[in-house]
Order: sequence, then C-alpha cells, then structure tokens
Amino acid sequence: MKKLIGIFVFMVLLYLLILGATDSARWGSNSFNLGQRIGLSGILCLGAGLLIITGGVDLSIGSVVGLCACAFSFLVLKFAVWIPPYTQGWAEWATPWIVLGVPAFLVMVLGALVGAVNGLVVTYLRVQAFVVTLCGLFIYRGAARSIAQDQIPPIAEHVAGVSEFFQGQFLWLPIYVWLLLGLFAVATIFLHGTVYGRYFFAIGSNEKAAHYSGINVDAYKIFAYVICSGFAALYSLMYVIHYNTVQPAQTGNFMELYAIAGAVLGGCSLRGGEGSTLGMLIGTSILILLPNLTNMWGVPSQLEPTVIGTALLFCAILDEQLRRGLTWRDVFEHIWYGHRWKYFGVIVFLGICWLLRLLFILAMS
Amino acid sequence: MAAMLEATGISKSFPGVRALQDVNLRIEYGEVLAVVGENGAGKSTLMKILAGVYSPDAGTIHVDGRSVAIRDVSVAERLGIVLIHQELNLAGHLDIAGNVFLGREPTWGGPLRVLDRGRMQRDAEVITRRLGLLAPARTLVQDLSIGQQQLVEIARALSLQSRLLILDEPTSSLTESETARLFAVLNELKQAGISILYISHRLKEVETIADRVTVLRDGKNAGDLRRAEINHKAIVQLMVGRDLKQFFQRHRPLTPGPSPPAGRGETAVVSARGVRWQANQPGIDLELAPGEIVGLAGLMGAGRTELAETLFGVRPMLAGTIDIDGKRTRITKPADAIAAGVFLIPEDRRVQGLILDDTVKQNISIASLATLSTWGMIRPGSEESLAQRMCERFKVRTPSTTQVVGNLSGGNQQKVVLAKWLTRTPRLLILDEPTRGIDVGAKSEIYALMDELANAGAAVLMISSDLEEILGMSDRVLVMHQGALAGELQRSELSEEAIMNLATGGVHPISANGGKGGEMEGAFRP
Repeated sequence: MKKLIGIFVFMVLLYLLILGATDSARWGSNSFNLGQRIGLSGILCLGAGLLIITGGVDLSIGSVVGLCACAFSFLVLKFAVWIPPYTQGWAEWATPWIVLGVPAFLVMVLGALVGAVNGLVVTYLRVQAFVVTLCGLFIYRGAARSIAQDQIPPIAEHVAGVSEFFQGQFLWLPIYVWLLLGLFAVATIFLHGTVYGRYFFAIGSNEKAAHYSGINVDAYKIFAYVICSGFAALYSLMYVIHYNTVQPAQTGNFMELYAIAGAVLGGCSLRGGEGSTLGMLIGTSILILLPNLTNMWGVPSQLEPTVIGTALLFCAILDEQLRRGLTWRDVFEHIWYGHRWKYFGVIVFLGICWLLRLLFILAMS
Repeated sequence: MAAMLEATGISKSFPGVRALQDVNLRIEYGEVLAVVGENGAGKSTLMKILAGVYSPDAGTIHVDGRSVAIRDVSVAERLGIVLIHQELNLAGHLDIAGNVFLGREPTWGGPLRVLDRGRMQRDAEVITRRLGLLAPARTLVQDLSIGQQQLVEIARALSLQSRLLILDEPTSSLTESETARLFAVLNELKQAGISILYISHRLKEVETIADRVTVLRDGKNAGDLRRAEINHKAIVQLMVGRDLKQFFQRHRPLTPGPSPPAGRGETAVVSARGVRWQANQPGIDLELAPGEIVGLAGLMGAGRTELAETLFGVRPMLAGTIDIDGKRTRITKPADAIAAGVFLIPEDRRVQGLILDDTVKQNISIASLATLSTWGMIRPGSEESLAQRMCERFKVRTPSTTQVVGNLSGGNQQKVVLAKWLTRTPRLLILDEPTRGIDVGAKSEIYALMDELANAGAAVLMISSDLEEILGMSDRVLVMHQGALAGELQRSELSEEAIMNLATGGVHPISANGGKGGEMEGAFRP
C-alpha cells in the first residue's frame, strides 16, 4: 500500500510537471494524446501483470502482438474480398461489421491459443517459462512476417471508420481510456475479489503449498498465459485500428519489455505472488508520462529507453531497500554515507556523456 | 578464569516482539553447552546475535575476557564464532573443497588468482578426514547425504579456525547413524578445545552430549543445569515452567466406540490395496477404521512420506486401489483426495504447508474458498470470521488474522496448517511429522486435537520419527522398511525395541514365533 502511494504521488507529480512544461493551449491535446497511449499500453501491462503474479513471465508478448496484427490484417483483407460490398438493406451496414468483427474474434481466439500453447509447454513439459516464451518471441515473429509476406498490408481503408470512433472521446476521456478502465475493473474484481485471483497469488507465492492445498496449479497457470496472450491479441486489434497500419517486422517489438516494466514499476515482483491491478495501471502511466516529460525538458527522444531504464532501476533499488524494513531516512543515509561517491561517479559519468554529445553535435553542424 | 564467551544482559526487540530480555550466557573452553527452550523462547535470536547476524539492543559480549562488539558475520568469524544454520547454506553445484574454501580459495599466479585446485582438495581432505567424511573432496555437495553435507559445513567452520561452533538443530534431518557420527565428531572437537553451542528440541540428544544446559523461556533465562542434573524431566520442567506429566497420551473416549481392531468388521474409513508408486516395490495394503490413530513408523527414506503423498494424490499412483468409506475412489490429484475427505498435513510446513508471505487468514481459508464465496467472489466477512474462529479453536498465538504467517513461531505455523484443513471434517487425516521442531506446549495441543478428531470418528494416520510420540499416541503402529510395510504392532505389542527392530529390517516378534501370524492378514502382506 505504501509503495502504491509512493508511485501514485510520483505519477501525479510527473503529470503536473508535464502540464508545467507545456503551453496551456496544448494542455488538452497533449493530455488526450497521453491518455490514448496509456489506454493502449495499459492493456498489455494488465495481461503481463496477471501472469507475473502467478510467478510466470511472457517474453513473447511483442511477437504475439505482431502475429495477431498481421493475422488480423490478413483476415480483414480476405474477408473484404469474399464479402462483396452490398449497397442495399441490412447488408449494407452489416458488411463492415462482419469484415472486421469476424477477423477480430478469430484473432482473439488465436491469441488465446498461443497463450495455451505457451502455458502447456511450461506446465506439462516443465520447461522454464523464460525459455519457452523466449522461443515464442522468435517463432511468432517469424510467423507474423510470413503471414504478411513482409509487406505492409493495405489495411487503412477498411479500418478507417472504426478508427475514427476509437480515436474519439466520451465524457472528456479518450475511448481507449474507457476501454482500459473497463478492463481494469474486470481485472481488479478478478484478481482481488475472486477465488481465482486468490489462487493466482497463492501459486505465485508458493506453488507447492498451493498444490498441496488442492489447487489445480497447472490449469491456473495455463489460464494466466491465455489471459496474457489474449490481452496481447486485444492490444494488436487496437494497434491496427489506431495506427491504421502494420509493419510485420516491427509491430510490437519490445512491447513485452514495456509491459513487464510497467508491471514491475507498479509493484509486481518477478518472483511472483505480489502486485495489484492499480499498481499496474500507475506503472504503465509512469512509463508513458516520464519520457514525455523528459522530452519536453529537451532530452532527445532517442534517449527514451535510457530514461525508462534508469527510472525502473532506481525504483527497484528503492523497493529493495524499503523491503528490508529500512525507512526512507535509512535509505538516504545509506546512500549518503556509504555510497555517495559511487552515485556521484554515475552522475559525473552521465554528465561527461552529455558534454561529449553536445561537442559531437557542435562538430557536426 | 575468563570464559571463552560470556554474554551479559542481552536484550533484543523486533517490531511487536521482545525476543530477548536481559539474557546471560557463559561458555567455557572445550565445553558443549546446550541451549534449549520452546519455539519462540529466543534461542535462534540469541545465536544470531552471537554470530553477528543481528546486533543486540543492550548487553555486552566478552570473548576471552575482552569486550567485543560483533557488528557483522565477518567480525564473528574473525573471533572464531561460526553459526551453522538449520537449513544448510551450501552451494550444491560446487564440490566439497569448493564449499569448504568458498570465498577464501587458495590461488596462484598473483593478481590472476587462478584456483589452486590441488591444494584446495588436499587441505579440504585433511579436515574432512578428521571429521570422518571419507568422500573425495571433488565430490559435488548435491550428491552427498544431508548428514555428510552437515559435516561439510562443520569442515568449513573448522577451516575458518573456529573456536566456537554454534549448531542450530543439527540433527533435525539426520538419520540415527548420522547423528551418532556427528556426536563422535563433536566430542572430538571438544577434546581439541573447541567450544560448542548446541541447540536442539531433542532432549535425548541434549542429555547425551551436553556438559551444561541453559534453558530459555519467553526470552529470559529460565535456569542452568550442570552435567549431573541433566535429565529429561528437569529440562522439560524448566522449559515449560510446570511439570508436564504424560503430555502425550492418547485419551480414548469414555463411551466405548468402535475400538480397533475389533472395528475391522465395519466399513473401514480407508482401505488401500496394492498401492505402489515405484515400479520395483511390493504393493502396500492399508486399512484404517473410524476412530483410530495409526502410527506410521520407519527410518528416514523408508517411504512413509511417499505413501502419504500417494494417498493424497500428490505422487502418481502406479498401481493399487483406494476405497474411502467403502467406495472406490480415484485419487490422481490433491483435489480428488480433498473431495473424498482425505487431508494431508505435509512434512515441511514452510514449503508445502504454508504460503509464508501471506496472512494467517489467507492461509487458513485457501483450501476452503469454495465455501466462502458466492459466484467465485470471496466474501471477506465470512473469510475473516472463519479465520477468527479457527485461530480461537486452535489457540494460534497471533496479534491478528492479518499477521504474515512467516512471522509466527513454528508451533503456531503448524497450528495454522491444521486450521487450514480442519475448517472441514476429515475422514482420514494424514499427519507427516506433525510436531517436528515445535515446542512442547504446541505439541500437546496438537495431540489433543488428534484425539478429538479420532474420537469424533475420523481416522488419523500419523507419520513420525519421534518414537515417544508414536508410542504415546497410536492405537496401532505400522512400520515401513525400504518402501514396504515391514509389520504391524498392536497396542499391547508396542515398544521402542519392537518398532526399531521392524524398521531396521528385523522380523515381527509374533510371526517369527510362527504364532498368530494370521491376525495380520488384510493389514499387510510382507
């Protein structure tokens, strides 16, 4: 709880700083944009977080996103050919729904299947989750590229209508945010209110004790993988609709790392058994807000991964110190009296890098 | 003369607990001092203070008559104080030599620090030979038995030039012969002038090895006993502060219920035939009548735990049938066993029994959430009231039901495991070493509970390595030896000798006479 308050305050602080760094004329549009991005990436983070709580991990999320996005485009294009554009009666308005709806459903099923395969290999064949999903990372990416023949599918015209709806707003908030809040509500009830959620925590904390308590551990673990990949499939649909395009070799790249980072930032432990949906929501928000802020402060966007990585590292260090029962004051004293030269060293090193970069830019111009 | 180590007025508090209050401890050169006390009496805390793991809130420590401040483990090691934890801290993938010299490896080549394997192994073997550990120093530690691993830990301590060896429950997972070996080693070390602090719940061992006993109770000194005064009764009296007579005796119901083995005629609670979990193993037949407490004795590795796990569905059953209350039941996973009313209190409560990071409440409710939920949603109120009720009934000493289970003492943890299962009524309750490592008070409460369950008509199968417990609590004893049932002893035939005889591969006294062998038909076939 204390941790949640900490990162919540951090998130609010980030947002206020962003507002401070923007013209008030652009407050609305920037916030709207940030909201959309949080709404999108939050989907992945919730899925990954639920899995992490059971003690699992999924490195294939990004590739599953790529695979599902390609499969969706492929199916939409096929359906668009199969179903002639009727111009009369009910078929006129039903056609676009079928052209998009049926592929969307099939893609969700595909995502769930991929998750089930990951889960089955992890549980029944007893291969480490890390290895299984690392292999998945390669396998599903290759599958995605082969479905799309490495071409960018011309999907834009088919999703344009839906795209307009999803890019819009409802009650001042972007549709994506409402979507995420809906998922968040369901996930919260599931994780913190139901027996199944309790079992997720139990399995993550002590799989053996859970097994000895009569919990069907394997089934729940597979279920967690299905949820994770299912959420990735949902994200891929939103991605295609939002960006109107798919790049088979790139779409979804590194998204698994962002998803895991958001969950960890939000208080999930990779050892399992720890975390909350609210934390995931806050964690994913910070991941979007932080680079936006540093960008406004003049840090080039190329450094975005570095900013995120540094923030995550600091959070992890603080978390570990606080976990040991130390207070903020202890942590500060520990750093100040024990390690200040190391930290100074890092800061000086970063400063030197910064100066070198400035010199480099000057020399180039 | 100055003592090897003298601690005076040691106090230590943790959030919410006063672990130690003004405790004194004195240990001479070449002395074996046993520190005993119930769980939560503060033994481990005191040892950790001496070894530099914790620092005391108050008090002074003198080593060789000089005042010292043991700030961390390295200071303790420099003073020659080494703590050997109950859970061994060895790197299983390294060999014996690597573990003995871990962190202090002899090297050559100056700053290149190339491992001097030859010297390491020679030096390690010098020490391990002295301890009677004959395995070559390049054996991987994971391939050694627990007893041998313990010797590796001691070898490591000796290589640190240790002068005070602190052993925390060293025999909790050793076999009889390994224990005897350990004691021989300790005696030899004592002759060499090394002081030994010995912590154990097994009072018999304490009687055997200790020169002096210091008893702690509730974080305070309860008394000291000199060699001549050491006996079981005196120690127990100091530990619990009262005279505990017959704290484990089965109390049978006054109204004569279906008393086994006369109860054989009626439906057995559980009747297993030809149960096997290994290919080359004789099938095991087992029958438990209602209201019966059956002890399952045997040496470590005899297959007692495996049998329990097979009955509970954790371990796949290769062959055999299980009838519960006369109904054929297929048990392939714990959920099947639970549905049939078969519950297992597992051997290692910290690994199999509890989720240590979770609260008392969550641990109690985990196996009965189905009854505490509506449409899959947990009813927080029902969960809380169940936890409260169970904590009261089992006398779990915890500040609240939201306390993290890992912070409770061993006895209270075990009570939580029991509470978890006894939220419902068992048909067959299997307890695997139910009182291992827990204090006398909690023990007698657990025995009372077993009585209560049996008298209410359940069958209880109790696995135990504690013969006194087996003798005191069982209506009937089954003995296992090398994966098979070696024999059955009725209450009238029970004695430590008879059990040990069967457990070590001896013959049943009666069947050896060629006498009433037929009586055992149905219960076991050798």
